[in-house]
Amino acid sequence: MALKTEEMILNMGPQHPSTHGVLRLELEIEGELIKNVKPHIGYLHRCFEKHAEAMTYPQVIPYTDRMDYLASMYNNFGYVVAVEKLLGIEVPERVQYIRVIMGELQRIASHQVAIGTYGLDLGAFTPFLYLFRDREKILTLFEETCGARLLYNYMWVGGLSHDIHPDFIRKTKEFVQYFRPNIQEVNNLLTFNKIFIERTANVGILPLDAAINFGMTGPNLRASGLAFDIRKEDPYSIYDRFDFDIPVGKGTVGTVGDCWDRYYVRVLEMEQSLRIIEQALDQIPEGDVQSAIPKRIKPPKGSVYTRVENPRGELGYFIISDGSTSPFRVKVRAPSFVSLSVMGELCKGHLVSDVVAILGSIDIVLGEVDR
Amino acid sequence: MYEFLTNLIGNEVLAWIIIAALPLFVVILPYALVAIWLERKVSAHMQDRLGPMITGWHGWLQSFADVLKLLQKEDLVPAEADKKLFNIAPALVFTASYAAFAVIPFSSGFIGSGAEIGIFFILAVSSFAVAGILMGGWASNNKYSLIGAMRAVAQIISYEIPTALVVLSMVMITGTLSLEKISAMQTGYFWNWFIFGGPEWGLTKFLLIPFMLVGFLILYMSTLAEVNRTPFDIPEAESELVGGYHTEYSGMKFAMFFLAEYANMFAVSAIVSIIFFGGYQSPVGYLGDLFGVSWLIPFEQLFWFVAKGLFFVFVQMWLRWTLPRLRVDQLMNLCWKYLIPYSIANLIIIGLISLI
Repeated sequence: MALKTEEMILNMGPQHPSTHGVLRLELEIEGELIKNVKPHIGYLHRCFEKHAEAMTYPQVIPYTDRMDYLASMYNNFGYVVAVEKLLGIEVPERVQYIRVIMGELQRIASHQVAIGTYGLDLGAFTPFLYLFRDREKILTLFEETCGARLLYNYMWVGGLSHDIHPDFIRKTKEFVQYFRPNIQEVNNLLTFNKIFIERTANVGILPLDAAINFGMTGPNLRASGLAFDIRKEDPYSIYDRFDFDIPVGKGTVGTVGDCWDRYYVRVLEMEQSLRIIEQALDQIPEGDVQSAIPKRIKPPKGSVYTRVENPRGELGYFIISDGSTSPFRVKVRAPSFVSLSVMGELCKGHLVSDVVAILGSIDIVLGEVDR
Repeated sequence: MYEFLTNLIGNEVLAWIIIAALPLFVVILPYALVAIWLERKVSAHMQDRLGPMITGWHGWLQSFADVLKLLQKEDLVPAEADKKLFNIAPALVFTASYAAFAVIPFSSGFIGSGAEIGIFFILAVSSFAVAGILMGGWASNNKYSLIGAMRAVAQIISYEIPTALVVLSMVMITGTLSLEKISAMQTGYFWNWFIFGGPEWGLTKFLLIPFMLVGFLILYMSTLAEVNRTPFDIPEAESELVGGYHTEYSGMKFAMFFLAEYANMFAVSAIVSIIFFGGYQSPVGYLGDLFGVSWLIPFEQLFWFVAKGLFFVFVQMWLRWTLPRLRVDQLMNLCWKYLIPYSIANLIIIGLISLI
C-alpha cells in the first residue's frame, strides 16, 4: 500500500525575514518542492491614489515618496515630469541636471539595497553591510542637499526644493571615485562566488516572451535579454544627452533570464549610473532652481501619461485633470506590482529555498506594490 | 585526573561528580561566552563595524549581559506544542554536545576520561543531538521548525559518513581509537603532526602528506556541516525558515541550543586539531623542558590546545561571514557525490600506503 501523502500549505510572511516587507506568500509544498505560490498583498495599502484626489498637485509629492521608499527621488521625478507635461512648462537646465544626478544616485542606492539584501537572502551577510556602508554616503549627500535621508520631497513641479550644496559636486565626484572599485569588491565577494552561482544560476528562468507577456520592465526585463530602457527608448528630462550602455542578461553562468542575470544586470547598472553622474557633474550649468516654479498649479483639463525608468522598472503616472487645483485621478503603474505577478510562474517546481532566491531577484518594494 | 582527585578527596563518587562537572564550568561555559563575544567582534570587524562596545572594554561583558537577559525572559511554550518533548529537546541537544567534552584531552594532565574508544564515543554522542533536534522541531508544532528539523537530521546523518571514513583512515594509521594516545603520538615538533605525515620518518611520511591534506579538508567540511554552520547552516537558514528547529524557543531553552552550537563548534575543532594538528602538543617544544620545570608542561599544553581549537573556531566564523549558504539538494550532492567517494578513495590509498 502506498503511503498517503498530503500537500502542505506554508505561509511565508507577512512576518518573515526574507519577504522584503509585508508580503504573504502562500506556498503549496510537497516535501520541499513548490507546487504553487500565491502572493497575498495589501498589508501596506495606504490609498495613495485616492489620497491624491483630495490633495493639490504639490501636496501629492510627499505621498509619492512613500510608495517606493527605496527610490523616493525617482518617484518624485516621475510625478513632477507628469505634472510639468500637463502644465506644459519648461524647467531650467540646472534643475534638469540636478534631477538626473539625484535620480542616478538614487538608482545606485536602490540597487545597493537590492544586491545587498539578495546576498542576505542567500546567507551572505557581509556584502549587505558593505553595500549599506556605501549607501550611507549617498544618503549623506541627499541629507546635505534636502535635509531628508529617505523621503525627500525634493523635486517640485517646475523646480527643486533646494539648490545643491556648494560642496555637493566635489563630494559626489569623490563618491564616484570611491564607489567604483567597491563594485569590484562586491563582484569578488558575492557575484562570482561559486556557492552564490550555484544558488542563482538556472534558477527561476524567465524567458523573454514570458517576461514581455507578464509586462516586466526594468532590470527584470533586461535580464531576459531585451535592451529596453525608457531612458533610451522614450527619453525624458535630459537623458538623451548622456552616453551610457544598457546592460542585458547574457546567461554568463547559466541561462538567460535566471536569477543570476537579474542580479548581475543591477550590478552593471550601478556602473552605468556612475558614468551618467560623472557626465552630468561636468556639464551642470549655473542657474536658479526655483525660478520656474509656478505660483499656482492649475493645469488645463486633460490627461497625461508619463513613464520614467525607476530602479525597478517602468514607473508610469496617469493623471487626469479636471481643471481644478487637485488631480481628478492619479493612477500609478508600479513596476514592483507587475513584477510580483510573475512569482507563481517562476517558482513552480523549485524548492523552498529557491522561493527566497527568486523573490529577492525580482526586487520588489511592498510600499509600491500596495501603494 | 580522576586518580588525583580520588586521592585528594578520598571519595570516588564525589571525585566522579567533580570530574563530570569540571568541563562544563572550567571549559564550556567560559569558552561559549568568549566565543559568542568573539563571533560578534570578528563579524563586526569583517564588516567594517565595531560590534559591541558599551559593556566593558570593547564590549567583553556583552555575553554576560545577554545571559542575564535570557535568564530573565519568560519561558514560553506554544499552546499547541508537545510540552514534554518541547522541554526535553534543548537539554538533550546540550547534553550531547557536552558529553563529547568528556573524552577530549585538553592536555596530558587534564582529560575527563581517557577512554580507549574516544573517537568512537564522540561520533556516537554527536549523533545523539539529532534526536534532540528532531524532537524540538516536531514538538514545536510549527511548519518551519519541522522543515528545519528534517533538514538538520538529513544533513547531520549524511555528513557523519565522511567524518567517520576520515576518522577510520586515521585509526588505521595510529592503530588506536583513544584521542589521548593519538595526541601523545604526535609529540615533538610540528613536523610530527599527522597533517605532515605523522611521527615516523621514511618514505610513507612523505607519501601520506597529500592524502592527509585531503582527509583534513573532508573532515573539516563535514564537521562544519555537522555543527550547522554557514555555508551549511541550512537547518536554521533564517532567510528561509525563520529560525529552523529553534524558531519557537525562547529564553534559557533557546540559550541551551545556542550554547550547544558553540560547544559543538569547539568540539569539532578540537577533533580536527587532535587528529591532524597534534592536539595539545606544542609545535615548537616546551618552555617547561627548557627550564626544567615539569609542572609547567601541562599548562603549556592546555594553552596550545585551546589556541588550536580557537583558531579553527575562528576559521569557522570567517567562513560564516564570507560565504552564502548552499541549497539543501546541493548540500546532499556535495556529501554523497563528492565527499563520500573521495573519503573512501582516501581511506583505501592511506591503507595501501601504510602497508608499505
